[in-house]
Amino acid sequence: MIHSLFLINASGDIFLEKHWKSVVSRSVCDYFFEAQERATEPENVPPVIPTPHHYLINVLRHRIYFVAVIQSEVPPLFVIEFLHRVVDTFQDYFGVCTEAAIKDNVVVVYELLEEMLDNGFPLATESNILKELIKPPTILRTMVNTITGSTNVGEQLPTGQLSVVPWRRTGVKYTNNEAYFDVVEEIDVIIDKSGSTITAEIQGVIDACVKLTGMPDLTLSFMNPRLLDDVSFHPCVRFKRWEAERILSFIPPDGNFRLLSYHVSSQNLVAIPVYVKHNITFREGSSQGRFDLTLGPKQTMGKAVESVLVSSQLPRGVLNANLNPSQGTYTFDPVTKLLSWDVGKINPQKLPSLKGTMNLQAGASKPDENPTINIQFKIQQMAISGLKVNRLDMYGEKYKPFKGIKYMTKAGKFQVRT
Amino acid sequence: MAFEEVCPDRIDLIHKNYRKLCNLLVDVEEWGQVVIINMLTRYARTQFTSPWKEDGVFDENNEKAFYDSDSEEKQGQKEAKPYIMDPDHRLLLRNTKPLLQSRNTAVVMAVAQLYWHLAPKHEVSIVTKSLVRLLRSHREVQYVVLQNIATMSIQRKGMFEPYMKSFYVRSTDATHIKTLKLEILTNLANEASISTILREFQTYVKSQDKAFAAATIQAIGRCATNISEVTDTCLNGLVLLLSNRDETVVAESVVVIKKLLQTQPTQHSDIIKHMAKLFDNITVPMARASILWLMGEYCERVPKIAPDVLRKMAKTFTSEEDIVKLQTVNLAAKLYLTNSKQTKLLTQYILNLGKYDQNYDIRDRTRFVRQLIVPNEKSGALNKYARRILLAPKPAPVLESAFKDRDRFQLGTLSHSLNIKATGYQELSDWPAVAPDPFVRNVEVIEPVQEWAPSVGKAKKPKSADKFYSDNEEKEEEGSVSGSEDSSSSSEESGSESEEESSEESEKTSSDSGKSSSGSEVSSSESEPEQKKKKQIKKANVRRSKQTAADSVSDENGNGPVSKTSSSSAESSSDSESDSEEDSDSDSPALQKKTVVKTEPKVEVRSKKEVSLLDLDDFSPAPPSAPKSSVFSSSLLSDLEGLSLSVSSTMQVTTSSFGPVKTYELLHHMTGKGLSAKYHFPRQTCLYQPSMVAVQVILTNSSDHSLEEIHIGDRSPATLNIHCFNTVERLESEASVTVSMGIDFSDSTQAANFQLCTKEDQFCVSIQPAVGELLMPSTMKESDFCNEQKKLMGMNETSATITMATANTSKQNISKQVLSVANVGVVSSDQNNLQRFAGRTISSGALVLVTLELRESSTALLTINTEKSVMASMLLRDLKQALSQA
Repeated sequence: MIHSLFLINASGDIFLEKHWKSVVSRSVCDYFFEAQERATEPENVPPVIPTPHHYLINVLRHRIYFVAVIQSEVPPLFVIEFLHRVVDTFQDYFGVCTEAAIKDNVVVVYELLEEMLDNGFPLATESNILKELIKPPTILRTMVNTITGSTNVGEQLPTGQLSVVPWRRTGVKYTNNEAYFDVVEEIDVIIDKSGSTITAEIQGVIDACVKLTGMPDLTLSFMNPRLLDDVSFHPCVRFKRWEAERILSFIPPDGNFRLLSYHVSSQNLVAIPVYVKHNITFREGSSQGRFDLTLGPKQTMGKAVESVLVSSQLPRGVLNANLNPSQGTYTFDPVTKLLSWDVGKINPQKLPSLKGTMNLQAGASKPDENPTINIQFKIQQMAISGLKVNRLDMYGEKYKPFKGIKYMTKAGKFQVRT
Repeated sequence: MAFEEVCPDRIDLIHKNYRKLCNLLVDVEEWGQVVIINMLTRYARTQFTSPWKEDGVFDENNEKAFYDSDSEEKQGQKEAKPYIMDPDHRLLLRNTKPLLQSRNTAVVMAVAQLYWHLAPKHEVSIVTKSLVRLLRSHREVQYVVLQNIATMSIQRKGMFEPYMKSFYVRSTDATHIKTLKLEILTNLANEASISTILREFQTYVKSQDKAFAAATIQAIGRCATNISEVTDTCLNGLVLLLSNRDETVVAESVVVIKKLLQTQPTQHSDIIKHMAKLFDNITVPMARASILWLMGEYCERVPKIAPDVLRKMAKTFTSEEDIVKLQTVNLAAKLYLTNSKQTKLLTQYILNLGKYDQNYDIRDRTRFVRQLIVPNEKSGALNKYARRILLAPKPAPVLESAFKDRDRFQLGTLSHSLNIKATGYQELSDWPAVAPDPFVRNVEVIEPVQEWAPSVGKAKKPKSADKFYSDNEEKEEEGSVSGSEDSSSSSEESGSESEEESSEESEKTSSDSGKSSSGSEVSSSESEPEQKKKKQIKKANVRRSKQTAADSVSDENGNGPVSKTSSSSAESSSDSESDSEEDSDSDSPALQKKTVVKTEPKVEVRSKKEVSLLDLDDFSPAPPSAPKSSVFSSSLLSDLEGLSLSVSSTMQVTTSSFGPVKTYELLHHMTGKGLSAKYHFPRQTCLYQPSMVAVQVILTNSSDHSLEEIHIGDRSPATLNIHCFNTVERLESEASVTVSMGIDFSDSTQAANFQLCTKEDQFCVSIQPAVGELLMPSTMKESDFCNEQKKLMGMNETSATITMATANTSKQNISKQVLSVANVGVVSSDQNNLQRFAGRTISSGALVLVTLELRESSTALLTINTEKSVMASMLLRDLKQALSQA
């Protein structure tokens, strides 16, 4: 399966390599660099690259290419999914997954990779099990390790792995027993020039942070489970129960995990919480363009729209922008032509706006296309689909846990064509 | 995973584990799921018939099935019109479905491809939702999933149509994602949705990503050709794009317009004119070449402009790209033919330029064109046809999806993703036209016969190769046996299995045997002329036996799975050779002789024939007619006694208790139009051939008129070796006659099916022997018994602890019960708590040793030692039943 893994940073240096079977020469990455060169943008590198003897499958996350070398037929998604899992694990361990973080924790990284893949086959990818095997680095432990020369690798085999619930380690103890659930929904919208919605979809996840002693068995029920159209579960969820009763019944892993991700059926009308009034024009012949953008809340059920960030890729011909925001700050990168405006909170009484002019390259003709506007925002305390958790019950343990549920709506791929 | 890595071809190893795998699939860790699902996909493609088509091909077969006996009817139905999915096939689909909800994208994709490749058409669409969900995932995941959707959407638009909006392109998508989405949108476009899609395309054309814009134009072109309603709209739109400022866009438009015009070269001369005007501004070679080609092709429509374009080209010829030069030469030639007055000189000039060009292609082309069009004395016959050569009507190009040919690869594979065959890619086989035997899968699951599992036990030493084969064969039989147990209708299933076997034999011996069987799988292969089918079955069988060989003995003996197919016949024949007391008569067919040549005579058959005349009071697998039979039995008794005594060389009456003979109904008088037939096993050596089991049939005429010419007609499988009774010329009303016949069951409990014919009618009947009847008693001393038993240890030993009914605890009763079940001989023993019985199988003469060790409180350890493990397990079951009953 996976023979080797190369980590390549944005400037094209291979800063880490790991081989599971035989050592594959670094030169195999030349094919990757070739493909990278051909692609104009870093994202455009094809994920699967054939070379005469190997196949390179890469993912780009946090500006690092994770390039896996494989030698024979394997489902590409298998490798891709695994690589993403690796990145997730790094992020889980180090907080961030950057070149610096990886270099700082190079020992742990190798230990992790060694555990995650066994002779090229994925072995322990569950973060709970990994954490039992390899303790996440802390300052104290790093110091102790440097002095004593010991490693982070745990002495014992993870206990959970052989049990019926491999995702949960045994003997968990907490003084405060808490279970938090975050219902986070993302809304993907394309709005066309005239302001009408072309597509709108809602995708949601329920992330959980469960710190409960022992082996609790939880059930979570919804007020309106019908909303959920297409769901995918953490392996801990009992699928039969869901099929029959629409109740989530599970023995949770310890700590943070994603319980569920779902899709809200597209038949339902999607309320779009933000509207945009825009007027972006370029006049033929003149080297000036007008830029006028106003944001306003809409159907937010009285909740405030926060952390609004507007970004737009302006046409190549734009040299500079001279804009005036009514609130927040804006930046324009003259190299990438990326305009971003950090609005903050939308105040319904005083709508935020960004007005001004754009300077075009002298002599350049009018750009064909108006830029699209991408908007990001957050709305706390509201799930845009209307999904509501009914109740959370715990069985199997005696104590009374503290339960908390939080709702949030975010903009996913929220695009406005102008 | 190890399986995939080590031996991905050995489908046969999956059989036994198949159901277990299916059931455990949900609980396996996610990475394992991917591998298993992929493996099962390949497995299922070889093992199940296609759910995709109504099979009209089996018509012929159905007919046969209807009029054959019950046993084939079920098989026939399976192939008959309403396709019935194999329950195992269904099991797989059902168990993989929940995995669509997996968080692991690879698992979801694996299930999706499984459904795509295995599920009936109408069920595939359940994967759509999940695939669309994956589009929310990371970019790389999107890429692979979109590729697969693109392939799927070509074949089945309907699947993704409701989700069309999910494929709308966002400006933030990477270029390759955009192109893939575009591809899918194009595939999904139909009359209803085209307007929305075209509106979307209009937005895309303006994209800053020029590569994407160009791809959009091509997509528009494809939509235009596919949906004729919008062709004109698209064409107009494309013409508008010609005035676009971006060069690539214009060039792409030109190329697409060229293709579109070619598909419908009606009245579009104004477009051509428009393009000619744009010609000066276009610099992209491909576009220029396209315009030139258009001019040449339709030069008669634009008679004024074409020569002018040629004039311009003549000026710039030397600085053009090669492709443009070639098209210039082309245009010149065409114009010369249509309008030689105006263009003669220009053509001459261009041809001269081309003659000295640096590129040899152009020099070649020039020389060729010159010879073709310029008349001179040397130019031969071709000159006359120049016009027809150059201005032949050309077929329009078909604008096709780039994903058109990808469906040759299994979805979700690396090869599919790259559209190249990757190393180690396993071709997904086509559906078998005939499902290989489904019973291979229930072997161990239904009736766990333990003795197979610890295969390391010592095998029998002296009898090497052919013994191993016989093992394999038995294993196959076992499949049939256990299959028959698990379902109520035993004869049907075992029938199918063994028919295959016998068909194998027939292939071996007489490959052209036209009618080797009746309606089961085999017969379907027969009814379809191609040998291919046969091969498939044969292959399946070989695989199966390979498997068993591997399981049982081949580790010890390298030559395990070689040519086991002939085993059963080989055995029977060797037998017939060795003990020739009653030599084979006319009825033994060519089959035997042939196989005799192949196999060296096996073990010397030591035993003198021992025929014990036993009358049984109980028989465990009671056939439907059992209760009625006893009426006849008493009248037969004396008859039988005399018969068997006179025949058997050494008579050993092992039991004193003569109960009524167990008779079975062969043909009921209602179904037989007055003719009824019953049979029983006299347990004597068959007169006709030692490998046959003697069967006595009592024919009774219960009608009010006499029946004539009662005889045996067609039999199935055709290779079934039956010694028929002589035709009963006339049977008066209310009279009955007893006839004896011999059937070679080849040591298997498969039913012998044949037709009982009268002058007017034919009735399909079948005889299914109990396993105990396939044996003949063997006398041996206790020491011999122990020696033989030692040779048959390990995997040849089957044992079970049984609880006996209290009535059976006495030694005498035990032997009575045992002998009622099986035709074996008692081995006298000194030990009080041990009872021993010895027998041989009739066809192959393999030893069957039964040991019963009495324990306290009416339990006993029953041990059977024989190479014929299938028989052992069946015998064990029968004995157990008999002994536990009072």
